[in-house]
Amino acid sequence: MNNNKQLDLAAFRARIGGAKEYWRSLDELARADALDDAELDEVMFREFPRQAAPLATGVDRRNFMKLMGASMAFAGLAACNRPEQKIIPYTKQPEGLIPGRPLYFATAMTLGGVATGVLAESHMGRPTKIEGNPDHPSSLGATDAFTQASVLGLYDPDRSQVVRHLGEISTWSDFIAGIQPALQAAQKDGAGLRLLTQTITSPTLGAQIQQLLAQYPGMKWHQWEPVNRDNVREGRRMAFGGYVNTVYDFSKANVVVSLDSDFLGSGPGHLRYARDFMSRRRVRKGQTKEINRLYAIESGPSNSGSVADHRLAVRPSQIEGYARAIAAGLGLAAAGGTTEHAKWIATLVRDLQDNRGASVVVAGDEQPPAVHAIVHAINQTLGNVNTTVLVTDPIEAAPANQLESLRQLVTDMNAGKVKALIILGGNPVFDAPADFEFSHAMAKVPYRAHLSLYYDETSLLAHWHIPETHYLESWSDARAHDGVVSIVQPLIAPLYNGRSPHEVMGTLIGGLDQTPYETVRTYWKTKAPGLNFESEWKKWLHDGVAGSAPAPRFVGASTGIPAPAAAKQSSGYEIVLRHDPTIYDGRFANNGWLQELPKPHTKITWENAVLVSPKTAREIGMGDRQREELENERSTWLVELGYRGKTLRLPIWVVPGHPDGVLTVSFGYGREQGGRIAGGEAKFIENPYEHQIAGVNVYPIRFSDALHGAAGATIALLSSGYRIACTQEHQNIEAAGNRGIIRSASFEEYQKNPSFVRESGNEEERRIESMWPGHQYRQTDPDGPAKYAWAMSIDTSVCTGCNGCVIACQSENNIAIVGKDQVWREREMHWLRIDRYYKGSPENPETFHQPVPCMQCENAPCEPVCPVEATSHNQDGLNDMTYNRCVGTRYCSNNCPYKVRRFNFYHYSDFETPALKAMRNPDVTVRTRGVMEKCTYCVQRINAAKIAAEKDDRRVRDGGIVTACQQACPTEAIIFGDLNDPTSRVSQLKREPTNYGLLEELNTRPRTTYLAAIRNPNPEIKAD
Amino acid sequence: MAPNEQTPLHEVRPVTQRIPERFVPVPTIEPGHSFASITDHISSIVLRRKTPAGWVIGFAITFVLVMVLTATIAKLVFVGVGVFGINHPVGWGFDIINFVWWIGIGHAGTLISAILLLLRQEWRTSINRFAEAMTLFAVASAGLYPLLHTGRPWYAYWLFPYPNTMGLWPQFRSPLMWDVFAVSTYATVSLLFWYVGLIPDLATLRDRAPSLLAKRIYGMLALGWRGSARHWYRYEHAYLLLAGLSTPLVLSVHTIVSFDFAVAVIPGWHSTFFPPYFVAGAVFAGFAMVLTLAIPTRKFFRLEDFITMKHLENMGKVMLATGLIVAYSYVMEAFFAWYSGNLYEWYMMTNRWQGPYKHMYAALIVCNGLAPQLMWIRRIRTSAVGLFITAMFVNVGMWLERFVIIPTSLHRDFLPSSWGMYHGTMYDWSMYIGSIGLFLCLLFLFVRFLPLISIFEMRTLLPEAHAEAHEEH
Amino acid sequence: MAKPRREGLYGVIAEFGEAQALLTAAEAVREKGYTNIDAYSPFPIHGLAEAIGFRKSHLSAIVLGGGLLGGAGGFLMCWYANVISYPLNIGGKPFNSWPAFIPITFECTILLAAFAAVFGMLGLNGLPMPYHPVFNVKRFDQASRDKFFLAIQATDPKFNLESARRLLESLGPREVTDVPW
Repeated sequence: MNNNKQLDLAAFRARIGGAKEYWRSLDELARADALDDAELDEVMFREFPRQAAPLATGVDRRNFMKLMGASMAFAGLAACNRPEQKIIPYTKQPEGLIPGRPLYFATAMTLGGVATGVLAESHMGRPTKIEGNPDHPSSLGATDAFTQASVLGLYDPDRSQVVRHLGEISTWSDFIAGIQPALQAAQKDGAGLRLLTQTITSPTLGAQIQQLLAQYPGMKWHQWEPVNRDNVREGRRMAFGGYVNTVYDFSKANVVVSLDSDFLGSGPGHLRYARDFMSRRRVRKGQTKEINRLYAIESGPSNSGSVADHRLAVRPSQIEGYARAIAAGLGLAAAGGTTEHAKWIATLVRDLQDNRGASVVVAGDEQPPAVHAIVHAINQTLGNVNTTVLVTDPIEAAPANQLESLRQLVTDMNAGKVKALIILGGNPVFDAPADFEFSHAMAKVPYRAHLSLYYDETSLLAHWHIPETHYLESWSDARAHDGVVSIVQPLIAPLYNGRSPHEVMGTLIGGLDQTPYETVRTYWKTKAPGLNFESEWKKWLHDGVAGSAPAPRFVGASTGIPAPAAAKQSSGYEIVLRHDPTIYDGRFANNGWLQELPKPHTKITWENAVLVSPKTAREIGMGDRQREELENERSTWLVELGYRGKTLRLPIWVVPGHPDGVLTVSFGYGREQGGRIAGGEAKFIENPYEHQIAGVNVYPIRFSDALHGAAGATIALLSSGYRIACTQEHQNIEAAGNRGIIRSASFEEYQKNPSFVRESGNEEERRIESMWPGHQYRQTDPDGPAKYAWAMSIDTSVCTGCNGCVIACQSENNIAIVGKDQVWREREMHWLRIDRYYKGSPENPETFHQPVPCMQCENAPCEPVCPVEATSHNQDGLNDMTYNRCVGTRYCSNNCPYKVRRFNFYHYSDFETPALKAMRNPDVTVRTRGVMEKCTYCVQRINAAKIAAEKDDRRVRDGGIVTACQQACPTEAIIFGDLNDPTSRVSQLKREPTNYGLLEELNTRPRTTYLAAIRNPNPEIKAD
Repeated sequence: MAPNEQTPLHEVRPVTQRIPERFVPVPTIEPGHSFASITDHISSIVLRRKTPAGWVIGFAITFVLVMVLTATIAKLVFVGVGVFGINHPVGWGFDIINFVWWIGIGHAGTLISAILLLLRQEWRTSINRFAEAMTLFAVASAGLYPLLHTGRPWYAYWLFPYPNTMGLWPQFRSPLMWDVFAVSTYATVSLLFWYVGLIPDLATLRDRAPSLLAKRIYGMLALGWRGSARHWYRYEHAYLLLAGLSTPLVLSVHTIVSFDFAVAVIPGWHSTFFPPYFVAGAVFAGFAMVLTLAIPTRKFFRLEDFITMKHLENMGKVMLATGLIVAYSYVMEAFFAWYSGNLYEWYMMTNRWQGPYKHMYAALIVCNGLAPQLMWIRRIRTSAVGLFITAMFVNVGMWLERFVIIPTSLHRDFLPSSWGMYHGTMYDWSMYIGSIGLFLCLLFLFVRFLPLISIFEMRTLLPEAHAEAHEEH
Repeated sequence: MAKPRREGLYGVIAEFGEAQALLTAAEAVREKGYTNIDAYSPFPIHGLAEAIGFRKSHLSAIVLGGGLLGGAGGFLMCWYANVISYPLNIGGKPFNSWPAFIPITFECTILLAAFAAVFGMLGLNGLPMPYHPVFNVKRFDQASRDKFFLAIQATDPKFNLESARRLLESLGPREVTDVPW
């Protein structure tokens, strides 16, 4: 046959009779043999020397990882290089770098294309911690769990580290060499060329793509984001007659109505929204001004719903009915409104009418466009548009209906129109709608290149795989939720020689290949020509914000209400598909911190489950009693979830406040190519879950016509006794008697009796006696060294349980992850946990979130029982832990009433992986096996501040020390400071009448205290 | 009287007339024995050349268990305490349960040898040596746990006050420190007491030993004892003083062990009446264990003449008495919980009855509350089998008591959010079984190489041992 | 038996069959004015020590001393460690939280007292003593079984081999033998 030294795929496919369009392994090809073996072998040998095939199959990925071990060693070294281009430190000039002192640089992380401005802490050139950027509109200094955990993503040793061609290790230059033929392959105008990206807000990248489009008029650009926001876009288009962006100002809203929207917990700007919303929710001494009020109608427990004053749990399909009812109530021509909760809705409507121009109605991303249109109409009639709801230009480089865009691509690929497919980021093979059968379609494309952080499912099917740079590794830019541009500046040279999308675009466009730095800079130079561009640019980099937000367009929304769609015949259970609260759409599946992060409501880690209401559980045959017993043992049933002929086996989990007849499952789990953490190959000691992929892949039941779920699902119990790594069982706060753990009141009650917390506690706390006078932390000697009394105040009425603080703590304090089995054995290591309690009926209870760090008791029960003085008090009243003195009797943990101490039952910390060493915070000891550890109030930060203060001979200023959890908190629920300074914020908060301590009756004198949760239910609605 | 009026031994034996059997006081030593016969019988158990097959088999089995223990310890030291079932609410599990269980068992030995001596209870004589040995070995098994339950056992020596470069001291307020002092003192004093008791018998063995090697070894251990009247005088004095010291010591040890819990804030631990409760429990458990061991041994070595039914019955009575105290404690524990009106205390109590571990609590009541009541019945109290079965119940019951106190209190304490469950793992069990193996293995060695009954004290039980000094002149 | 350490005679020794006989004999010998005598028996015989003219032992005093030393030492150790040497704020308790030091004080008391008792006894008894002349007597190994011995030492001022022998023989022993050094 043809003896040319190239493998002619086309000819080859012809020979094997098109039996296999794309082959992944020798065996697979051999199976489809149309040519005699000798020939086959000869061809194969030319194509795949040695281990290429095993690599491609992924079976031996671990061997591949072993090979990569060597390159990891370099990662350690690479970590010492600063990028060549000059980047501007946030606080000091780089020449001001003092060894051992961190520098902070402003940059931005994008999720779903939308940027959150952050400050990255750099220790000697190694980014070790992400903080929020106070100057950035979507952050205001706060961060969420994803942002916090992104630093682990940077160092993840499982990240793709080499360019690969057909699974074989290749080089960037080979890719460049190989790409020209591909572009030729696409006809002259590029009709056969397709570009698939995720949502892009980067003006520079957008411009590059436009340039490419100009070069190849026939080329098409497709976008796909699995966490899909088409409904929002389409809804806005219906309301405003074109793609726009809506930004909410909750700080001006007295009344907020959420229609299945988790605006405080996820989506663009949620950090900012949470801050604004909660700024109207704080109750302080002598305050008479009423706090805002939130009505939530939702199809499943969300962080927003858990702080709502009134909450209805309904099927997602019913939400539209409620929207229409509200609209109708406001006099809009809305048909098909629901008749349920008529009185409730009437009251809500009255409340809205009383707050015209000072209210917001928001709809959830998963709700159909119609609901969004209705909501905009409602806001319009209420006069909220342009006051609390601002309309701006879209932030996407090219807003589009992504589902349709992807559908188009798939059709073209199937029709063989696509000759070359370039995928910039994303993992469509894994997360495209099931009915698209993306992988089959993609296999028909002769040239496929994929840029991604991991060698993932899509990379496996691509001819060329290029490792992508992490956002901390390369230059770019992106828009915030309100359209403000941030320059993404790198802190470190690419660890695993990744390439940024800008470089790939550069090569596609051809011509001189610019570094991303030049690309971004030249773009902005042309954009903002001016003499003082240099200083401008410097300022942008310094502040992390380029210019200001685009001015709102003062347009009005149409108040036309779309006609109700013909009610679909809904039988069986209604299934709800959501992105996962901790690993998002699956992109964070290999992030151990996020995998081990308890999900806000279920507290499940390491996997996804089918969430149902107690009533539904009973329906399908789960007895309450048996369920309780199982939950005590941290296990549950396995169920078979059936939907459109497909079945999944998942654990089931009962969630109070979940709507009846609804099955909620989160997608993103079940990554086969996710890496060692996601793939269950991570080495945890005594790990029975090795080789067990974390969670179940739910994408196979995600269909393009029901992206967010629909009715018609079935569910059946399979077997009980499935071990689920859940960190907190269901506790109804009233069940164990009044322990005064959570204290709450309505705003009304508060005004009647501001110090209600005193009564609502356990009465024993009012008769405390002690044998001892207790220690004095006051400044006795005025000339002596400054004496501090550190303390913390946590406001439970503004905590949304977003988990930001938990990961912030993990990142700051080098806290190890322990794996599913150890979590199941109740050995998780989080220093800061968020307790979740319910109050009221399990059908629709009140939910409370309570972050629990170490209480730093003045009379710490843990200390007197330690036989070796491994834990003792310092002069500032901190309960210090001396790791290297600890022998590990665990007596302190037993005697801690708050159970905040964490013990290293095994050698949990990873001392081997070089990349992870580079990630650690050098100011915090990495704990070894057999020692106890616990929250220290970030003592490393305290000491740094004290040293600085002593140098210029002053006391530490209030706010001079910010603990990691406090820094991350979007709602400023956590305040830390010095009790000896009566003017400090924390001192003032401790004087609040709503201030109370946990288990005060034990006379532990906790330094961490809580402010009672105050809600503002509408007096006209009787609590049901 | 004049020496020539000495009556020969064989006529000194008491004559038993025909009187109803139950009026005959059961003697502490069966009639028909002389100094020689006592000496020869007991020392022959040690000195006989041929080792009985039963002993060899028994020793082999227990030795295997010791190997199981060694393997477990190896795993523990190399991998970490994570191999145990402990977790975050429940920091102590089998490790401390077994520690308390063993220490408790040890107490009977000291009680028998010291307190009964002070109370001039003759019947103690034939069992005290054995009981003391049991004490030592129980303390040895107990001692393993505090050492090995730590996360870093190789630093356990930090619990001792020794001079170090850091100028650091242990934390003397910690009950664990008190434990260190109490248990080590207890072990040391028990060992001294035991050894002092052995000296004259070692001399006997020295003089009886057939082989030169044995002669030498026993000779060295006997320290050249020759039974001089002066020596005997000081010896008895010292022995009495030791008994006087051991009595408060034995009470203090379990009191301090109970402080491990009583000093803590955890509901179910934080209780002022733990010391008497624990001490009674210890004696209870101890006597049960003495019975468990004495009954088979007595049969195997044909010691019915020395360990008579009177001994067994008395031990049964002590078991009943202490058992009643323990039962009373259970009632009081519940009463305090209710009467205190303390939410946490009362929840803890109800959780014991109704919570996930309710079966443990039920079993505890059966074993420790009901089973000992059998001792009211004379027929059971005077039958070896009946006593043995009851004793087994108590052994199990006392283990359950510690389980109910330790994990059941910890697993649901103050904040419901951190409630959890506790289960022993394979390694918990292997370590427990291994420690039992160690205990029995040491006992086997003891009965083979040392007189398991105090020979010289048995001699004093014979009527001809009582001589009167003449007062005229 | 080992080589004699000294030339000459240690004394004479008589073997008796019963405790009563020994006691009577001891008293008789004492009557005759002998002072350096010793009696050997397989178990303690009350009155025997007095019979051979033994003054009370000082053991109690020694034990008391040991106890006091232990107690004081124990408490001072805790106090010194927590107040002088390395004062630390432990759970808000005062440095000198003396009630917490009592258990250790108590245990130390017992420990040292017990040591005093045991080693005091051995010391006063001059044990361990591997060699003693009486071991030279053939049948002395019966002293640890069921025989009783009475010895008159040559060091006794009144000692005269013949009269001593005669005296012992008159007391109805099984046998009287000389004890060489």
